[in-house]
Amino acid sequence: MIPLSWYLIFAAALFCIGLFGVLSRKNAIAILMGIELMLNSVNVNLLAFWRYLNPNFVAGQVFTVIVFAVAASEVAVGLALIISIYRRRSTIVAEEINLLKY
Amino acid sequence: MTPLQIIFLIVAAITLGGALMVVTTRNLVHAALWLVLSLFGIAIIFVLLDAGFFAVAQVVIYIGAIAILMIFAIMLTRRVAKDSGPQINATWPIAGIVTLALFGGLFTVLQNWQQIHVLPPSFPEGYDPLQQLGVELVSPNGYLIPFEVASILLLAALIGAIVIAWSKTK
Repeated sequence: MIPLSWYLIFAAALFCIGLFGVLSRKNAIAILMGIELMLNSVNVNLLAFWRYLNPNFVAGQVFTVIVFAVAASEVAVGLALIISIYRRRSTIVAEEINLLKY
Repeated sequence: MTPLQIIFLIVAAITLGGALMVVTTRNLVHAALWLVLSLFGIAIIFVLLDAGFFAVAQVVIYIGAIAILMIFAIMLTRRVAKDSGPQINATWPIAGIVTLALFGGLFTVLQNWQQIHVLPPSFPEGYDPLQQLGVELVSPNGYLIPFEVASILLLAALIGAIVIAWSKTK
């Protein structure tokens, strides 16, 4: 059987890779991809804790369902924002969208 | 090493490699395709965790909807002339240091935690986790209200996405 630690370390590594993407990419869509990776690692963690520590308690799965819904809505709103910005400013590079900087 | 462990290691390596390609590759369409590979790997991880329903939901929602939506957005927002520059911030070494520090911290905390090497308990006789989840999601004593809140959130997000992306010029 696979120990719990493998899942947790895998999820931690995936979260850190996603965080690196969010912090280092220029393109706003690539930043959203990093956020997707981070949300997925959270799902892995939730399901691993549900399966290993308390399989009779269904809350871990319910949380995963809600994370799925939140991820879907976040991507829909985020991509709509990106397309709207692109239409006005012809760019989606995060450092060129600096109207609020001053 | 049991066969399950070998499968886990292979899938985890593919998933992490795909994730690394997502955050480092220059071509955004390729990044989206690597994201699809990575999400497939996570679906297999869900199967290994006895959560088959979530593996199917992962394939349908993440790969079928979210990744395809991202590919559409990439195609709608392309700047052919300016796509050739670097795709990574100048401050990426700082981001790398922060990320490595976070991973090191998480790793240390996990190593010092007593229950980390626990093995999964077997399900009781006649217990079906999926059936239990279905009952709890629609029972008023269970998680009906969070479930409905999630659906309202989805509805609001879809209406919001339409309003935001609406073109006002005729």
